[in-house]
Order: sequence, then structure tokens, then C-alpha cells
Amino acid sequence: MASTDFAAGDARSRRLHADARGPAAPPEPEAKSWSNLHAPDARSASAASVPIAVGGRALKVFLSNPNAMFGVVFLSLVVLAALLAPVLYPADPLSMVARPFLWPGQNPAFPLGTDSMGRDVLSGILHGARISLFVGLVATALGLGFGILVGAAAGYFGGWIDDLLVRLIEIFQTIPSFVLLVVMVAIAQPTAPVVTVAIAVITWPTVARLTRAEFRAIREKDFVMAARSLGYGHARIIFREILPNALPPLIVTSSVMVATAILMESALSFMGLGDPNVVSWGSMIGAGRELIRTAWYLTALPGLAIVFTVLALNLIGDGLNDALNPRFSQER
Amino acid sequence: MSTLTRVGRTFRRTAIQAVPTVFGIVILNFFLLQLAPGDAADVMAGEAGSATVETMAALRQRFGLDNPLLVQLFNYLYNLAHFSLGFSPRYGMPVADLIGQRLPGTLLLMAVALAVAIVLGLALGSLMTVFAGRLPDRMLSVISLLFYSIPGFWIGLMLIVLFSVKLGWLPSGGSGTIGSNLTGLAGLWDKARYMILPALSLALFYVAIYARLTRAAMLEVQSQDYVRTAAAKGLPPAIITIRHVLRNALIPITTMAGMHVGGMLGGAVVVETVYSWPGLGRLAFEAVMGRDFTVLLGILLLSSLLVIVANATVDLLHAWLDPRVGVR
Repeated sequence: MASTDFAAGDARSRRLHADARGPAAPPEPEAKSWSNLHAPDARSASAASVPIAVGGRALKVFLSNPNAMFGVVFLSLVVLAALLAPVLYPADPLSMVARPFLWPGQNPAFPLGTDSMGRDVLSGILHGARISLFVGLVATALGLGFGILVGAAAGYFGGWIDDLLVRLIEIFQTIPSFVLLVVMVAIAQPTAPVVTVAIAVITWPTVARLTRAEFRAIREKDFVMAARSLGYGHARIIFREILPNALPPLIVTSSVMVATAILMESALSFMGLGDPNVVSWGSMIGAGRELIRTAWYLTALPGLAIVFTVLALNLIGDGLNDALNPRFSQER
Repeated sequence: MSTLTRVGRTFRRTAIQAVPTVFGIVILNFFLLQLAPGDAADVMAGEAGSATVETMAALRQRFGLDNPLLVQLFNYLYNLAHFSLGFSPRYGMPVADLIGQRLPGTLLLMAVALAVAIVLGLALGSLMTVFAGRLPDRMLSVISLLFYSIPGFWIGLMLIVLFSVKLGWLPSGGSGTIGSNLTGLAGLWDKARYMILPALSLALFYVAIYARLTRAAMLEVQSQDYVRTAAAKGLPPAIITIRHVLRNALIPITTMAGMHVGGMLGGAVVVETVYSWPGLGRLAFEAVMGRDFTVLLGILLLSSLLVIVANATVDLLHAWLDPRVGVR
């Protein structure tokens, strides 16, 4: 308690200094009314000073990182492939279009060849990008949302809520996540939404832990105390005051989470636990696996698509980390 | 404080922390089992080929499946307390025995993969530290990121294409030559040949993690005073790197290695299906294909316990090795 009193006194004295300098500045229109609702100083301290000044620098660092730029370019290509797949290959990628076992380059109409059922491999890879990105992005969004809610509640409120939620997080972090994923998908039927939700279920604990740590650090800062003393509600303090300042590490994590979700989805569909009606990179590898002695390109090509997409996301994550983290190491 | 009290204290703290976690996992397991479509009576009726409504009801009554949920939960806990995980009609044996048969294979695979990952990761990480900021460091960091991005099952298949199909050096699956009674060194070599590819596919992802961790930890240790002292008293750089920097950088790496046991188990599920390695992961795959949920949830429960044990072991190891740990 002593430390908070100090901090409050500190904030007060700074306020006094500001007031002392006040007359020189032109009087603000807000200053006339009782500033309880607007709290100009608290707002500017929390929102204006830190993120905007650093945002430009972080963007510059990120843009001058060649690895991260490679990642961005490749990921845009994948997104483009996913968007253009129905235009370039309007036919169902699961339908037969040519003689089976055409090797890549054998027939210019099918640049990446055909599989054992005469399905076009290139069409499969382009359509596969759709499901991979869908699962990766939606699962990450769900995992982030739930993880932030749990982590914010635990870190902000502390006490028994924190104890309880930390136990919950610990349980989910102890269970081997891929085994849990397999169990969940096997129990519910393997469809794209089920796979997505199941991946979100195993990824939220990481986010929750990270958010909790950030919230615990930030809730002790002056601007949060100021917001609290102005009578802001818990929800407003959590989402408007603390969360924006806790975002940088979460942004870094989210790009790695998308990569992990794509890897998980491909491993699931490789094992035959993917949506059987949708072509995905993992299921293409699973189907090509039996023919690995004679037609190994059926396994290699979709795998390369996974590797480069995931690599692109990891490179972006690395670049974001380099760009956003210095500020954090300073502040802690 | 002596080493023994320190380890004892850590043991007590870890055990107290583990109890609610274990309980939560058991409850979660029970409810997942309840969610699974069909119950034991359905499975048995399916195996028998036919069943009337009356026999189904009789079966349910006999196995207590018509009891209220809480009574069933109590029965489940009661059975667990007697180390009974249920019975698998498909394999015709108790689930605990089934898992016991397969567990050593997985543990061996994981241990070898972990050892390979740590050795390679330390080597790569040390190289990156020595060349920090220069070209070899940047190239190795991109390579480690590449390792980090490769799905284990895919690199497994690619290794099979290269080393089994094209070069014919190594076997593509199984855990030993069938019908061979090789003993001694020849037998060991035979086993090792079957181990190389699965262990490598499983290890690759973790090589990347350990390489980056080692680099970060070593760079941090390098700025410590005692490293400067070592340099000032004229020790050769190689000895400083190995004896003073690497050794102190090992602490965060062992922590992570303990945390990776769960992830490795998950990776083993996929890698074992690729190499038809007779382990827990392969059993899980077969259980999924046969929709044998008793086996699947038994595996989930046991692997979770394995993770708890691994984490506790790492904690104890730290308390033993590092005098600063027990003080907290």
C-alpha cells in the first residue's frame, strides 16, 4: 500500500507542476467544466505519449527487416492464391480431370502433375490454402479472444479469481496439447469448424498466461491508478487503458499462433482427422503417403506449401518481435 | 541449507501444486469420455454383432452406466484409484496393460529425440553465439527458423524418400528387423538403424528451439562479470565458452526441455504413425481409427501424468544443481 501512496503522491505533484505551468498555455475549453468525466491528463498519458511515438519507429524497424519483408511478400502470395483459387480453378479440386500420375512438367496443362485419381495437384494446393488460412486465422482469433478475456480477468482482479484461472490454465498446459486435440476432434466429428474450435481450445492458455503477466505489470502503473481514481469501470480500465498497452507481445504471439494452427491442422488432416469434403495440404500428403515409393512429388509439393507458409509467418513473427520488443525490455 | 533439505522442500512444493492439477485433468477426462458418442454397452453390443434393447439395458445396469452422473464420476475415480483405466473390447485387454506395453517404445523414442535435439541445438546455438551478428549467425538463424516451420510428419516422409527409397541406407518403418535374433552389438545397431529416422524427424523442431535458446542464453551470460574475469586471467576463448558460458546457459535450456515433454508426446503421435513405430502415439492413432475412446482417454490421462512427472523431475534437478532455486 505504501508504494501506491507514493505513486499517487508522485502523480499529484506532477499535476501541480503542470498546473503551475498552466497559465502560460491558452485555456482549454474543457478546463472550464469539471474534468471528472474527461480526465484529459490521464487519457493523454495512457494513449498519446507511448504507443504513437513508438508505433512509427516499430513500423520502420519492421519494414527494414529483409526476412520479415520476405515473409510478408510470401504470405500475401498465399492469401492471393486462396482468394483466386475459385476463379482460376472453378471446378471442385476433388474431381478427376486428367490421367493419373502425371509428373510435374509432363503436361503443361497440369504444371504440378496429377495424383493417383487424376486430380490436379496445383488446383489442390491453391484450394488447400483456403482451408489452411481459414483454420489458422479463425482459430487464432478465437484463441486470442478467449485467452485475453481469461488472462485479463486473472491479471487485473488477482486474488481468488487469479488462483482459480491460473489452475485452469495450468491444467490445459499440462495436458499434451496435440493428444487433446486428437481426442476432441475424434469425439466430435471432423469438420472444419470443429477442427478450428479445437485448435483454439488448445492455444488459448498461452495467450492467457502472456496477457496475465502483462496485466499484472501494467495494472500497477500510474495511469491505471489515475483511471481508477476517476471512477472508471473495470471493463473500461481493462479494455481501454490496459489492453492497448499489453498488445505488442500479443501481436508477436498471434503470428506464431497462426503458424502453429496451420501446422496442427495439417497434422490432423494428415492423420485422417480433417474435413473429408475439403481438400487440404495435410490430407494431400496423407493421400500421397501410400505412393511415396513411386510418386513422391505428391507428398513433397503440398509439404513445401506448408513449410513456406509457416516459415513466412514465423519470419513475420520474428520481425515483429524485433520491432516491438525493445520498448518492453526498457519499461520492465 | 543442505542440498537434501532444498530438494525435499522443492519436492513438497511441487507435490502440493500437482494435486489440484491432477484432479482437474481427471475430471476433464471423465467429461470428455461422457461426451464421446456411444458408451461401453454400445461398443460391446457392436462387437457381439447383435443386441436387443433388453440386453443393452442389462449391460448398462451391470456396468453402472444407467447411474446418475455423479455416481458414475465416483465409480470412475474409484477405478482410477485402483489403477484401472477400463477395458478395451477391441484389443481384448485392460487399457492400462495395453498402454504399459506401448509406453517404453515411446519413452525411448522421446529420450533419443530429446538427446539429439539438445546436442544439436547446443552445437548450433554455440556456433551462432561465436559468430553473433555476422553472416554465419544470420544464416543459421534462418535455417533454425526453417526447421521450426517444417511439419514433423512431412520431414519424416521426405527422409524416407531419401534414405530408404533412393539411397536404401535405412529402414522405412518398424522398430527392429522381424525374425532376426541378433544379440549384443549387432542387435543394438539393428535397433539403432530403425531409430535414426524417427528420432531425427521428431527432434528437428526442437533443435531449432534449443539453438535459439542457447544463443540467447549464451549471449546473456557472456556479459557477466565472471566471464570478463576469466578472459582477464588469460583463459583461452574455447575454454571460456565451454566451461563458463555454456555451462551457465544450460539452466534455461533444461527448464524448457522439461516443458517440451508434452509437446514431444504430441509430435510422437504423428511421427509414430509415419514410421509405424510401436508406441503410444501409434496406439492413439489406432484408437482414433477404431473409435476406441476408452483407450484414447487412457492415453490422454497417462500422458498428462507423464508431463507432470517430467516437470517435477526438472524442478528437483534444478533444486539439486542450483543453490539459488530452493531459496524462493
